[in-house]
Amino acid sequence: MSEDVAISESEAARVREHLRVYVMVFVALAVLTVVTVALSYLDLPTALAIAVAMVVATVKAGLVAGYFMHLMSEKKVILWLLLLCAAFLVFLVFLPLGTEIGNGPLWPLQSPSR
Amino acid sequence: MSELVIPYRVKPHPLTGVTSGKLGIWLFLASEVMLFGALFSSYVLLRVGAADGTWPSGVEAGLNVPIGTFNTIVLITSSITMVMSWASLKMGHPGAFKRYMGATIALGLAFLVIKGFEYSGKFGHGIFPSTGWPEASDPSTFFGLYFTLTGLHALHVFLGILANLWLLVWGLALFETEPERFSGRVEIAGLYWHFVDLVWIFLFPVLYLL
Repeated sequence: MSEDVAISESEAARVREHLRVYVMVFVALAVLTVVTVALSYLDLPTALAIAVAMVVATVKAGLVAGYFMHLMSEKKVILWLLLLCAAFLVFLVFLPLGTEIGNGPLWPLQSPSR
Repeated sequence: MSELVIPYRVKPHPLTGVTSGKLGIWLFLASEVMLFGALFSSYVLLRVGAADGTWPSGVEAGLNVPIGTFNTIVLITSSITMVMSWASLKMGHPGAFKRYMGATIALGLAFLVIKGFEYSGKFGHGIFPSTGWPEASDPSTFFGLYFTLTGLHALHVFLGILANLWLLVWGLALFETEPERFSGRVEIAGLYWHFVDLVWIFLFPVLYLL
């Protein structure tokens, strides 16, 4: 079983066009790192600080995934796979959070006061 | 009967549109999301459940923000050298691949060495995974999470360095005969490496800044 082994010239040209984008993404990541550290010295209220830090981190993660990991131009099967994964992740992260807010029970059925 | 060969190593599978290796690494990374997600979820649960005033910020717990920031930049830089090593192969420059991959490995090692200094600083102050934030009623939570999350992440960095080292020293010979297949391997190693960078992008603010 043999498969085509050469790298085509058109593919090389496509990669060459992306080099500038990679450098720009790197600069953006470095700047956002400094921004998130600088914001942490502002002594924002905890809830706001968490929200801002998570937004900045999500933007950075999006840049890494979108450009360095090529998700911007990736095939649908990968995107669907990640969407499914993201749904499970949200469930995983927020289910226990819901049970512990205010250290009270999540489900009214289990609450002795109702 | 010829030797058994994994199909669609270079050409995309007609059903998925991607190579076997790429589908495989993304499935693996999805499982990694759940692994780190479970720990991140534990962090959220424990922090929300902590009594008022018993959860230290990273600075209060004695974490060094400038060192953490520097290490973040180190890891981000290793991500661009990784993507450049792959791009160099795609453009037919194995020499540039070697330089960029060498830099990626060096930066990964630098990250681990700096992390090692941070750990030894903590150990030197008698702080271990089971040691508590002094005023906490539940003693082991912050540092238990800190060491578990950063330790698991450091293990991932270490394994990534090994994979990259293998590609640089032993794997490169494949480029002579099957350049597309070898650059596919580097792309897959790169996806893993970028994911490890991505995890740190969340760990750094969560542990050091908040």
